[in-house]
Amino acid sequence: MSEARTPLLEQIQSRFGDAILSAREALGQYTIELATERVPEVMRALRDEKPFRFQQLMDVCGIDYLSWGDDEWETEAVTGEGFSRGVTGAGPGRFAWAERPRPAGIRNRFAAVAHLLSIEHNLRLRVRYFAADDGLPVVPSVVDIWGAANWFEREAFDLYGIVFEGHPDLRRILTDYGFIGHPFRKDFPLIGNVEVRYDPEKGRVVYEPVSIEPRVGVPRVVRADARYLQAQNEVAGKN
Amino acid sequence: MAEIRNYTMNFGPQHPAAHGVLRLVLEMDGETVVRADPHVGLLHRGTEKLAESKPWNQSIGYMDRLDYMSMMCNEHAYVRAIERLLGVEAPIRAQYIRTLFDEVTRILNHLLWLGSNALDLGAMTMFLYCFREREELMDAYEAVSGARMHACYYRPGGVYRDLPERMPQYKESRWTKGADLKRRNEWRQGTMLDFFDAFCDDFVQRIDEYETLLTDNRIWKQRTVHIGVVSPEQALRMGMSGPMLRGSGIAWDLRKKQPYAAYDQVEFDIPVGVNGDCYDRYVCRVEELRQSTRIIKQCVKWLREHPGEVMLRNFKVAPPSRVEMKQDMEALIHHFKLFTEGYCVPPGEVYCAVEAPKGEFGAYLVSDGANKPFRVKLRAPGFAHLSAMDEIVRGHMLPDVVAVIGTLDIVFGEIDR
Repeated sequence: MSEARTPLLEQIQSRFGDAILSAREALGQYTIELATERVPEVMRALRDEKPFRFQQLMDVCGIDYLSWGDDEWETEAVTGEGFSRGVTGAGPGRFAWAERPRPAGIRNRFAAVAHLLSIEHNLRLRVRYFAADDGLPVVPSVVDIWGAANWFEREAFDLYGIVFEGHPDLRRILTDYGFIGHPFRKDFPLIGNVEVRYDPEKGRVVYEPVSIEPRVGVPRVVRADARYLQAQNEVAGKN
Repeated sequence: MAEIRNYTMNFGPQHPAAHGVLRLVLEMDGETVVRADPHVGLLHRGTEKLAESKPWNQSIGYMDRLDYMSMMCNEHAYVRAIERLLGVEAPIRAQYIRTLFDEVTRILNHLLWLGSNALDLGAMTMFLYCFREREELMDAYEAVSGARMHACYYRPGGVYRDLPERMPQYKESRWTKGADLKRRNEWRQGTMLDFFDAFCDDFVQRIDEYETLLTDNRIWKQRTVHIGVVSPEQALRMGMSGPMLRGSGIAWDLRKKQPYAAYDQVEFDIPVGVNGDCYDRYVCRVEELRQSTRIIKQCVKWLREHPGEVMLRNFKVAPPSRVEMKQDMEALIHHFKLFTEGYCVPPGEVYCAVEAPKGEFGAYLVSDGANKPFRVKLRAPGFAHLSAMDEIVRGHMLPDVVAVIGTLDIVFGEIDR
């Protein structure tokens, strides 16, 4: 099975050349990274050409790579006061708006990820394309290749502010009418910016700044130790 | 002569036939729909963002609340994605239990669909019949997990606990008494597997009953035949899956094509439609009820013969038992770490899909090595189906809009997330 499948990535690379920035197989799934300006051309070929035939677009979603790999609880370095307590961390989505971290050292913050499915070959392919500008992320739309992209791209625009160039109807879809901001960005606080309540004097619902404080329930921890690998081996050894 | 213009009509968000909070802006030419613009998001809770702020395990309960008609199937996608990232696999008995409960869920979902869709189109009895059978299966959910709907039963590494030895029985009350009490408890004398056996034997006849009410019913056919026709090309282009795809004649079922859990060990068939209209999708779903019953029977038989572990014995991922905790220091520490900090998942990304009753439900998880996911994206089948609404209803009459909403089998928990 794997013999028949591994050539997929080779085929893609030889067919599209330098449009493919990287191609790899991990956990039995194929991922390619596309040069953003060549997305429409390559995607159309992936849909139509015989060796690929990815007729279905199952999903398009946005990703915000801000704060990738950040943790709130240092577990490796000990200071004079012992380990950090992790409760004051500025983890993703938990800081107030004014204290949001500035994107530093990330070249491309936003990416769109599409999941393709080929019914003919029973194959899946993940395609990632980065938006060049972090301030105004723009990527090409694939809506004229797969109609399914319509709402998925609207959703990614709504939640991440990624603009899909060529989309016929790029409106917000999930958030409220008149919503400000893109809530799934890592620098958008989890508690939000505004809250609503009914004001009996004005006789209508009013928007106010949030009155609750951001809070850390469980700190974010990255443990790079080998305990999972170890545990696997222990379990394997016992059986 | 007076000028005749199209007018815009608002359907929902609070309408019994909108199946939740769907606001549909319809542009009408007389009674014909020219354009439909669904407004969704009224139930948006930011599940994915919430999941990114919690340890991996604590979001399983949110999965139940996505498509709240097929709870365990959603859990299955999420849990399987975590397992794949961690590189662990649930014991075989847990796989069979998952298969069993996925099919129970499928019956639950299709029964609700059948009942409410028939009610929308004017068949009251179906609703009552379907909910009668749903009640039995809800009891099974409750017996195994303690909750009738939001079970949180699947966990990375297996399922929360083994099937109960005794099926709980009804006590006499103002609502259940006399012959009704006796009938209900008759199935609940033995184990849960005995209960499933009794249920399946009975349910096959119940499906026949449903079919006598609908399949050849003149009114039902007038409302569904040639309504909401989806061509195979359109189904593929719009990212449809599940009965929407199979109703159009494409034999694609993840349980067969990309088997997971124990689906490659059980026998079942995939029903496929011909015309791709509402009626064909109805026939497909009813046949899926029969096939699900068949799978449940096979799982019950296997589970009877093969007792064993239902949870991985790997305390880095799955909690130790209470008894072990009280005798073993290591187990206690593991338990504490697992429930305070959780487990760290190796960096990577994975997309795991299951054949949920409504179609392909996928979980796309990205991990940066932390004890919380970096990105969670849940691919809901209903989202893609509803986006095709505009294309499907154009040129149909207003009452057909209700039939099409019904046949899409949409639930707003998963569309709005």
